Amino acid sequence: MNHPLGTNISGEDDTEQHRSLTSSQMAWFRFRSNPSSIIGAFIVLSVIFVAIFAPLIAPSPQSAGSFVDFMNRHSPPSRDFLFGTDNVGRDIFTRVIFGYRVSLGLVVGVLGFAVPFGVFLGLLAGYFGNWTEFVIMRFTDIMLAIPPLAMALAITAVLSPNLINAMIAITMLWWTWHTRLIYRIVKAQMNEDYVEAARVAGASHFHIMFRELLPNCISAISVKISLDAGFVILFGAALSFLGLGVQPPTPDLGTMVSTGSEYLPEYWWEALMPGLAILYAILGFNLLGDGLRDMMDVEV
Amino acid sequence: MVTYILKRIVTLFLVFLGLAILIFVIARIVPGDPARIALGPLASAQQVEEMRQEMGLNDPFFIQLWNYLTGLAQGDLGKSLLTSRPVIDDILGALPATFELVLFTIFLQITLSIPLGVLAAVYRDSWVDNLTRIISLIGVVTPGFVLAIILQLLASYQFSFFPVTGRIDPGLNFDADITRLILIDSLIKGRSDVFVDAFSHIFLPSIALAAAGIGQVMRITRSAMIEVSRFDFIEASRAYGIPERIVTFAYMLRIASVAPLTILGLEFASLIGNAFIVEFVFSWPGIASYGVRTILQKDLNAVIGVVLVSGVFFVFANLFIDILLGIIDPRHRLREGASK
Repeated sequence: MNHPLGTNISGEDDTEQHRSLTSSQMAWFRFRSNPSSIIGAFIVLSVIFVAIFAPLIAPSPQSAGSFVDFMNRHSPPSRDFLFGTDNVGRDIFTRVIFGYRVSLGLVVGVLGFAVPFGVFLGLLAGYFGNWTEFVIMRFTDIMLAIPPLAMALAITAVLSPNLINAMIAITMLWWTWHTRLIYRIVKAQMNEDYVEAARVAGASHFHIMFRELLPNCISAISVKISLDAGFVILFGAALSFLGLGVQPPTPDLGTMVSTGSEYLPEYWWEALMPGLAILYAILGFNLLGDGLRDMMDVEV
Repeated sequence: MVTYILKRIVTLFLVFLGLAILIFVIARIVPGDPARIALGPLASAQQVEEMRQEMGLNDPFFIQLWNYLTGLAQGDLGKSLLTSRPVIDDILGALPATFELVLFTIFLQITLSIPLGVLAAVYRDSWVDNLTRIISLIGVVTPGFVLAIILQLLASYQFSFFPVTGRIDPGLNFDADITRLILIDSLIKGRSDVFVDAFSHIFLPSIALAAAGIGQVMRITRSAMIEVSRFDFIEASRAYGIPERIVTFAYMLRIASVAPLTILGLEFASLIGNAFIVEFVFSWPGIASYGVRTILQKDLNAVIGVVLVSGVFFVFANLFIDILLGIIDPRHRLREGASK
């Protein structure tokens, strides 16, 4: 990886001192010079940070549970309650912070299963071709024809709604995109000389798939994961908004928007603040993903 | 062209068959006895057993699948537990409302995003371009239900012209019996009051539904237009002195519209998915509202029906887009033909 590219960033003038950058320095340079990817990285890091240290940061940690404080019911945003309080007087800011924990847990759970599975099937289909390709890709097509939210709703409803089942439902539908992506990349790579060379040198199928082809998919996978993370959060929030995701009193952003929307328009902050919090996280992952895409110059 | 369409229809049929089998298998392997769910927790074991017999749940798996598929071929989706009417009737009753919402949304997406994308490409790197970039980013990252709530909030404070729930004012007494789409029927019958009312009802939900697609399609139109502008024949047309207006809209846009149309087709699945949320928020009486209600009641037959019909919707939309692309760009036809 560390071979010098010899990129001359000072332009045509060779008599000037010229620096060669390694490819990773070059990538970092491209990432850094794009303000929106920096903002995206900052947002994503801030969300991860508050989620990890939630109990230490939250101004009123007891609000994360089934705590009630009727004195402060429906208080508008103020210095005491940054995002206001909800219908039983819990601090919405605290619940948003804890809500990020649930959202990020969902992202890790879904992508942790869906990505390896989807990538593996994509490698198989692209590498072996023939009937392996036919079976896998036709099945993927069928899965892609199912409107994901409708299917996830049906699955969580039949298997009683909770976080784990929401995770299962989303995972069952998510791998298809990765299969398609990897399949396309592998298919294009199969004509490259290095694959032929490895085969002639007597490398096993396993070696060619995982040591030769997979490394060439890594940048596309990482961009896709970053873009996916935002959409998994959105998906999870949509499920719980409809009452089919995480159940109360666990603080979940979608559930908070749904409960809050019963008190519109007078107590607008109860739905709007958690809604904006979802938007903030999705925005971060999207900007980051776009930045990574420009940096690594891949199509997803 | 005819063989191309026939080929697409055969693939469509296979996808549909696969979809039906898949949904049936999922519905059968999930834990929970459908008979028990239908009767509720108070029913005795004997009653449940009788119900299982009646629903055919004790037959071998492949017999059940066969019965289900043959029923499906005759348009029989079973009976809804919630309304105790045939599921197909419930769905057909709710379909026009969804169809109207989705069509209007696509209409908004095309009429807003393609011109804005062209504008962004023509005035590249100007403030117009930056503005559309920001609009599209907001559209893509805002969850449908958050946008729906923000719109409701705005409507209830500022723009009371837009009602926040329903499809039409029940006091208007209008029967949409021609196309079943209120917007079109009111025009045919010359009822402008109904049209205005229906428009004010459909506007906010479709904006909430359209936002994500508008953002995406706008950006893709922009990059496709920029790519096409580098083609030799465009330069040649300009050199001939053909007016810029004609070059942009007649020559470039025709080629450049392939990419946004493809995306619109793919977006269709998420459009139907998001319709579930948006219909729920705005109490829109469509198939998604029906779907959510039946899902909450664990009404299995109805749920299967809703998922199946949404899948069919999606597959047909893609067939339509494929045919359209085949007409616009003959290379598409050849490429698809070669890969099959």
